[in-house]
Amino acid sequence: MGVDNPLGENIITTSLDALVNWSRKSSIWPMTFGLACCAIEMMATGASHNDLDRFGIIFRASPRQSDCIIIAGTVTKKMLPVIMTVYEQMPEPKWVIAMGACACSGGVFDTYSVVQGIDEALPVDVYIPGCPPRPEALLFGLMKLQDKIMKDKNSFGSAIGLGERIETVAA
Amino acid sequence: MAENNRAVLQLKEKFAASIINVVEFRGEVTVTVKKDAIIEILSFLKQSLQYNLLTDLTAVDYLGRKEERFMLVYLLYSIPNKDRLRIKTPVAEADCSIPSATQVWRTANWLEREVFDLFGITFENHPDLRRILMKDDWVGHPLRKDYPLQGPDREPYKGRLS
Repeated sequence: MGVDNPLGENIITTSLDALVNWSRKSSIWPMTFGLACCAIEMMATGASHNDLDRFGIIFRASPRQSDCIIIAGTVTKKMLPVIMTVYEQMPEPKWVIAMGACACSGGVFDTYSVVQGIDEALPVDVYIPGCPPRPEALLFGLMKLQDKIMKDKNSFGSAIGLGERIETVAA
Repeated sequence: MAENNRAVLQLKEKFAASIINVVEFRGEVTVTVKKDAIIEILSFLKQSLQYNLLTDLTAVDYLGRKEERFMLVYLLYSIPNKDRLRIKTPVAEADCSIPSATQVWRTANWLEREVFDLFGITFENHPDLRRILMKDDWVGHPLRKDYPLQGPDREPYKGRLS
């Protein structure tokens, strides 16, 4: 008889990239960080009607436990150093979502005190237009981020010293 | 009417030489006074006439419209008497300072810091005159009419197709 198929039908073979990316995209933990009215829509997206939890998206109150920051609102020049600090405290890998017109481009606030788009300071992965974007738009943006994460190549391998990470091209 | 206002009557009696004008608009009484007597007048209003709450302290920039560029505005409220009074005083750009009202109302501290930050008017004998809204290393005073809206380091907006 011998020992054949000892684990039954419980084995799935896959690539390391697919496994790592799947686990990362299924547990995006965004930083609890709101700046303006977009944050209200972000809270609505997290609440029961749209329910971000079903995507494994759970807001964390500490940057040390987060791997995504949603820039939800107007970024003033006075607030920018705070955002930079929070971003730098987040462990790799980390993603940035610019939510709404202000975070994307400064929006209507074309003034001396407002940063004209968070991409002047942080590497943005997903831009979500709208003023503010509806929860559906934020959900769609987060799903776009999941798609982007799935396209990542060798990010885990490069982190443990095996080869180079291959940058993904925008979807 | 403004002539019968309890504060105006007393001020006209005590500080006749310092009053520039008295205006009433829709029941709001405004007394414009000279800068030299401002602390005596404010102290008198608080101590003798019970204007014990400084609701707000702000400034207006009349660049190119008035001889003396800035106008400081004190909005007072008397809690026991339930009435309001507005005191204004002109400040020239050449001598851009005024005695601090912190010795009269302590709440003037932050309000004066805001005026200093945004208009560049200095307050003599202020306990802690620092910027309060803009960053410490900010150059310029944004609420001045000659401050460019989009900041000094950017090309000014000239319409949609600029």
